[in-house]
Amino acid sequence: MTLLQLFITSMLTENIILTKFLGICPFIGTSKRETSALGMGVSVTIVMVLSSIITYLIYNYVLIPTNTTYLRTLLFILVISSMVQMSEVIIKNHFPKLNQLLGLYLPLIATNCAILGTTLLNVNNDYTFIQMLVFTLGSGLGFTLIIYIFSTIRERMEFARIPKCFRGAPIALITASIMALVFSRYFG
Amino acid sequence: MKTIKNGIFNENPTFILMLGLCPTLAVTTTFEGAYIMGLCVLIVLLITNFIVSIIKNIVPDNVRTPVYILLITTSVTALELILKKYVPALHETLGIYLPLIAVNCLVLGRALSVASVSSVKKSVLDAIGIGLGFTLSLMLIGLVREVLGSNMITVMDGISSFTGYRAVYQVLPNTKILPITVFREPAGAFLTLGLLLAFFNFLKDRRSDVK
Repeated sequence: MTLLQLFITSMLTENIILTKFLGICPFIGTSKRETSALGMGVSVTIVMVLSSIITYLIYNYVLIPTNTTYLRTLLFILVISSMVQMSEVIIKNHFPKLNQLLGLYLPLIATNCAILGTTLLNVNNDYTFIQMLVFTLGSGLGFTLIIYIFSTIRERMEFARIPKCFRGAPIALITASIMALVFSRYFG
Repeated sequence: MKTIKNGIFNENPTFILMLGLCPTLAVTTTFEGAYIMGLCVLIVLLITNFIVSIIKNIVPDNVRTPVYILLITTSVTALELILKKYVPALHETLGIYLPLIAVNCLVLGRALSVASVSSVKKSVLDAIGIGLGFTLSLMLIGLVREVLGSNMITVMDGISSFTGYRAVYQVLPNTKILPITVFREPAGAFLTLGLLLAFFNFLKDRRSDVK
């Protein structure tokens, strides 16, 4: 698989939200406004790329040589939460404008399964470093894209007349289902 | 008893609280995957709620979340190793969703909101109730998806190396309606959960109307 193919697949056809169900909580919970969806998506992408690089290096150069790969979940979670804290501090001190946009969402993503999921997939699939980078970037951008499209649909849905029992989460899930169908068919 | 019932009905993690949806959607393509995942979450919940309720007075408030996350991850890792040893086929099917229990908001949520403020007995009962509620809802989703999507019910297949026999049944032998393959795909997972949620909302509304 070429790098371009890998990028397109990870971003569109095998989108992490629509086919792997990672990061469903922020998808259903916080994606009601366009700006908040974008903020969430960008923060997730940044933290995802940073922590993927570190976890990849730790896994291949520390865990495999010492034969302690069963520690990966524990270590990856530690790396992700410290990455979240670090990017929070850096953004707060050096990019006050960005902080206004992302500040609220950064702490939330420490327990976002999209990030742990991607780092685990990276090492499970035996990617090379470049492939890993492309895959992670594609996944992050795919996450941002879907969460953004979904938020715009949801804004429209507030004005629609939806039967009472479908309001809220049920209709959101059914919308997601239709989106999943579109994405898997159109690009596949 | 009341706490357990509460976990299954009033605070059902999937249909009422809507927590821990990632595994709910991902592993419910077969009935077997669904109940095994449910049981795994039940076990992790039980261990963490039990330990958290014991150590709640020792852990300082400002490091509560990290300590609990490490505790959850440790029990998940232990469970993963056990499954890998005894039922490797199942370990393969559950894939990355098994380690992902570690960041399941359901487990951390119960540890923070219930186990860290209640007695040992109450936390354990709560874990059993919530865990059972989660398992039952996963079983329901798994059943719907497998019957519609593959016209089969897999009760024991991946764990057959452990229990000794297989149990896979076909539902309707001579039919052209089933299987509806869309239910096997990711889109079917969203659709099933959405429709089931709407159905339960409908029942709840009707009950409150009658009252």
